[in-house]
Amino acid sequence: MRNIIAFVAGLFFGGGLLVSGMTNTAKVQGWLDVFGAWDPTLAFVMGGAMIPMALAWAYTKGRTPVVGGSFPAKPDPKLGRNLVVGSVLFGAGWATAGLCPGPAIASLSFGGMSLWIFFAAMLGGMLIAPVFKAQLEKMDR
Amino acid sequence: MHIDYIYGLIGGLLIGTGGAIYLIGNGRIMGASGIIGGLVDKSGWSTAAERIIFLAGVFLMPLIVIQFWERTETNITNNVVQLIAAGLLVGVGTRIANGCTSGHGVCGISRLSLRGIVATVFYIGAGGLTMATLRHVLGLI
Repeated sequence: MRNIIAFVAGLFFGGGLLVSGMTNTAKVQGWLDVFGAWDPTLAFVMGGAMIPMALAWAYTKGRTPVVGGSFPAKPDPKLGRNLVVGSVLFGAGWATAGLCPGPAIASLSFGGMSLWIFFAAMLGGMLIAPVFKAQLEKMDR
Repeated sequence: MHIDYIYGLIGGLLIGTGGAIYLIGNGRIMGASGIIGGLVDKSGWSTAAERIIFLAGVFLMPLIVIQFWERTETNITNNVVQLIAAGLLVGVGTRIANGCTSGHGVCGISRLSLRGIVATVFYIGAGGLTMATLRHVLGLI
């Protein structure tokens, strides 16, 4: 059951990323290009995505997931260095190629060699990230 | 309204529906970087099957849709240095920050998570500054 649900969710996510235009790096870079030809499409994508998600969060109150267990608790609102530093690094990379992790997977089948190079580098970054994360957490204490 | 904004909104609704299915069904947050990163750094190996199957869905749906709808424009750069730098930054950053556009952005903001809102402000801010610097100051991209 878990796997079927995950697969269906993945199909919606991947389809949505393609339909929304977020696999087109020019649209993402256009959103970030406030001093150039600014493209507001991403705001429509984010806004659209938040409607079912907000309804889903409302639905979770007093209920449990279909497969059992419990819903993820709201995280401790503590804002550490890792949240800020990580987001700044992510944002810089996001602008550099116009890709974030979801759209990278969604366009892997048709994006050619460039997508695979980006994807491999992203996995490399994810592999070394725990070292930096531990350092930043040490500084927070 | 520009047709791209309508596609953005429809795609966004699909993305949010995927997130809602994943949350209500499996009780998990649909964050692309967390789902991939957990496989890369072994932290998510206990739920590896669910993660891989989710990612298979994200990969497959666009591949199916493009058979009927030529929506394969990525505008991705073929500059290898740019791709590797971007991939590393996205990989390291999202894992240090514990989330990306889907996890912090879509799933976090829709439950009014302070961490999600702060992360989104920082990655969009850093993305905008990077874009301005690379495109308008240095003229590199």
